[in-house]
Amino acid sequence: MSFLNYFKGKKPKSASVAKERLQIIVAHERGQRAQPDYLPQLQQELVEVIRKYVQISDDMVQVDVDRNDHCSVLELNVTLPEK
Amino acid sequence: MARIIVVTSGKGGVGKTTTSASISTGLAKHGQKTVVIDFDVGLRNLDLIMNCERRVVYDFVNVIQGEATLNQALIKDKRVDGLYILPASQTREKEALTKEGVEKVINELSGTFDYIVCDSPAGIEHGALMALYHADEAIVVTNPEVSSVRDSDRILGILQSKSKRAENGLEPAKEHLLLTRYNPERVDKGEMLSVQDVEEILAIPLLGVIPESQVVLNASNQGLPVILEEDSDAGQAYEDAVARLLGEEREHRFLTAQRKGFFSRMFKGA
Ligand SMILES: Nc1ncnc2c1ncn2[C@@H]1O[C@H](COP(=O)(O)OP(=O)(O)O)[C@@H](O)[C@H]1O
Ligand SMILES: [Mg+2]
Repeated sequence: MSFLNYFKGKKPKSASVAKERLQIIVAHERGQRAQPDYLPQLQQELVEVIRKYVQISDDMVQVDVDRNDHCSVLELNVTLPEK
Repeated sequence: MARIIVVTSGKGGVGKTTTSASISTGLAKHGQKTVVIDFDVGLRNLDLIMNCERRVVYDFVNVIQGEATLNQALIKDKRVDGLYILPASQTREKEALTKEGVEKVINELSGTFDYIVCDSPAGIEHGALMALYHADEAIVVTNPEVSSVRDSDRILGILQSKSKRAENGLEPAKEHLLLTRYNPERVDKGEMLSVQDVEEILAIPLLGVIPESQVVLNASNQGLPVILEEDSDAGQAYEDAVARLLGEEREHRFLTAQRKGFFSRMFKGA
C-alpha cells in the first residue's frame, strides 16, 4: 500500500500518524509512572532553594530518576533565565 | 476460590458493559458458575443489557451496608444456568463502595462461584479502583483510537501499582487486550489503527478482536448479551474470547475486510 501511495504522492495515512503519536506519549507516560513518589516534592523544594539565588519558574527545574541494572541516577536539569 | 476478572478501560463508552455481559454469559454457558457485578454506582446499566432491570430489588450497596443479604440481591439469569447478576446502586454515591465492603462481598461470592466478573466504571477514580483491586485477570477493553489506547495504558499502570496483588507483592494480574469496535475496511484504508499497531503499543497478549457490528446495538436494544446471537460476527468473536480465557487456543477471526462481491461492487460503483 505504501508503495502505491509513493507514486500517488499521498501524505501519510492518519492511522500511521496516530500510531507514531501514541508510541511517543505512551513511552513518556510510562517513564513518569516509574518515577518514585517523592519526586514532585523534591522538585518543588529544589525550586525553592534555587529561587533564593536566581529567579526561576517551576518548569525550569526538571528532576528525573534514571534506573539501570546497577544503580539509579538522579538527573537534575536547571535552566537559568537569560541575560 | 473464584477467579476474579475485571473488565476495564479508563475511557468510557468503549464496550466494557457489552463485554462484561457477553464474557460472563459465555463463561456460564461453558459450565462455569459466574456472577457479574456492576461497579458503575449511579450509572447502572448492566441490568438493561442483561434484561433484568425490572427484577432489581436490592443492589451491591445495599449488601455492603447490611440492608440486604447477598442472596436477596443476586439476580439469577433466566436464559443461562449458573449465571447471576449483582446490580449497582442507582442512587448512591460512588464512595458507598468502601474497600472493606467490597472485600467482604467478593470473599463471600468467592466461596460459591467459579468466576466473578467486575464491570468497571469509566475513569481512574475510586469506582474503577474498587473494580480492579481484587482482580486475578484484567480484560482491557480498547477501541482502535488514540484516546482509548492511551487510557488503556494508564489503567494498566494503575493495575500494576494499585491492585491488591501489586500492594501485596504477589504475582501480577494476568492482562488481556480485547480490541472492540474494530473496522477492517477502515484499517485497510489506513484510517484506523490495526490490531498489530495496538498490540505493539500496549504490549499485552491479545484475547480477542470484536468487530464493529450493528448486531451489538440490536442485541442491547432487546436486553440480549450479544454472545447469544450465535450467528453474528460479534457474538462469535466473543465466544472465541471466552474459549481463550478458558485456555483454548483459537485463531483470530473477522480481522480482514469482507470482499465485496462483483455485483455489490458494480451497484455501489466501487
Ligand atoms: N463491537 C461493537 N460494535 C458496535 N457497537 C458497539 C460495540 N461494542 C459496544 N458498542 C456500543 O458502544 C456503546 C458503549 O458500549 P458500553 O458497553 O456501554 O461501553 P462502556 O461500558 O465501556 O461505557 C453502546 O452503545 C454499545 O452498543
Ligand atoms: Mg459501562
